Amino acid sequence: MSEVQIMTGNTAAALAAKLCRVQVVAAYPITPQTSITEMLSQYIESGALKAEYVRVESEHSALTVCISASSVGARAFTSTSSHGLLYMHEQLHWAAGSRLPIVMCCVNRGVGAPWSIFNDQQDSVSQRDTGWLQIYCRDNQEIIDTVIQSYRIAEEIYAPIMVCYDGFVLSHTMMPVDIPDAELVHSFLPPYKPHTILSAASPRNINPVLFPGTRRNSEGILCDGYMEMRYKLQDALERSRDLIAAVGMQYFKLTGRDYSEPLWRYKTDDAEVLLTGMGSIATESTVAADMLREQGIKAGVVGVRIYRPFPRKAIPKALENARAVFVLEKDISYGYEGALCSDIKAALYGTGINAPLHNFIAGLGGRDVKAREIAEAVRTSLAEMKNKKPQNKTIWINCRK
Amino acid sequence: MGRNPAYAGQMVGDQRINYMERKDKNISAMSTPAIGEAGLTGDWRDMKPVIDHSKCIPSVKKKPACYLCWLYCPEGVIKVSIPVEIDMDYCKGCGICAEECPAKAITMVNEEG
Repeated sequence: MSEVQIMTGNTAAALAAKLCRVQVVAAYPITPQTSITEMLSQYIESGALKAEYVRVESEHSALTVCISASSVGARAFTSTSSHGLLYMHEQLHWAAGSRLPIVMCCVNRGVGAPWSIFNDQQDSVSQRDTGWLQIYCRDNQEIIDTVIQSYRIAEEIYAPIMVCYDGFVLSHTMMPVDIPDAELVHSFLPPYKPHTILSAASPRNINPVLFPGTRRNSEGILCDGYMEMRYKLQDALERSRDLIAAVGMQYFKLTGRDYSEPLWRYKTDDAEVLLTGMGSIATESTVAADMLREQGIKAGVVGVRIYRPFPRKAIPKALENARAVFVLEKDISYGYEGALCSDIKAALYGTGINAPLHNFIAGLGGRDVKAREIAEAVRTSLAEMKNKKPQNKTIWINCRK
Repeated sequence: MGRNPAYAGQMVGDQRINYMERKDKNISAMSTPAIGEAGLTGDWRDMKPVIDHSKCIPSVKKKPACYLCWLYCPEGVIKVSIPVEIDMDYCKGCGICAEECPAKAITMVNEEG
């Protein structure tokens, strides 16, 4: 039977890795991720989790250990934040290109310079194009559920998954979490089977240099070139949407918690104004939506859970009836706008949906985001819409200019 | 390979998971350590070595072969034979053999076409 406990987001992540019976853990300490790996090392030392904990000198090595472990058929887990994730950058590409189902928790933290240990999503959003699936959690329950489903998804499509959640806001905040039964997780998650079995009897070079063209190998078989390998990765992510939905539905049948949609909705049925975002800022927006409703503005929230593969069909469907859309995000693509905002605009192109779209940048480096401030910013923008002031601009909330 | 057999045809609700129904032996880039695994790399060449065996320096049993070309060849495509032979399927035409040959028996000539 499942059991409800009050725990932090990091405890939820560590418990999830334990429930998934990960076989190799390699990580390097960095705030606010550290307590995940501290807990995992305790599980391993006490014998509660039968796994190999590999101590490393850097995040680059941490992910490299996971890549090696995953290559030979071990279920591997790591977690990091901010500069740690950026130090992994090269190996992020390597893990995805090798098609290894590694699951990593990215506990979102701002990126220096200047130093910040506090939360925003610049770290993981800046690693958007590394070939990893990215899933953003809104609360601690989603963290435990998402890590468990991620192994199931990753090991089917052979691509790594980054489970992202906000540092401190979730990682160090305690909430009730329903812990799935260990046997239930075990039946949901069959043992990992690597896509290539390595053996001394039939030696293989892994990831050799591929030339611009295709080639015939020594047996005369036509082999893919570099570009085909890139296409296969893209194709796997594009096709993973159906699998994510099916796995989410299966998880729903086992636990009663539905993850079959890439988006979540709050009071959207009659909503004219939609707020959208990833992670805890979207959760905060639900409070803002309630405030706006008290003031007679029919507001709702569309939370983006799956960021890659981007919900290119679900987004236009979710936003089609909105009179105005507000994209809230804790990242900025310097010189343009928030990354999520650009992606949403791209998904709306050609659909005939032309609702004004406002981009709110908020909460960078842990700057407090109050529901009241979100509601106020929405009201101001709506008033500007009435006065026909220029639209589609990027607004920084709670920032001295 | 290319899909986890544990999931084959598994039912999820009313849906059958057939995500990776396409069989893919090369889901990530692999090669076997074998001659010709990278294709006939001799087609990279735009100059080819031509040996004038009459100029070869007799070294073993007074037969025409000193094997310095074999020693220096970075591709290992020169055969220890009398006379020496170069495997043109894989010779990339670097010209090191011609450069090192003390008898100037090897000349690099343009590939035709």
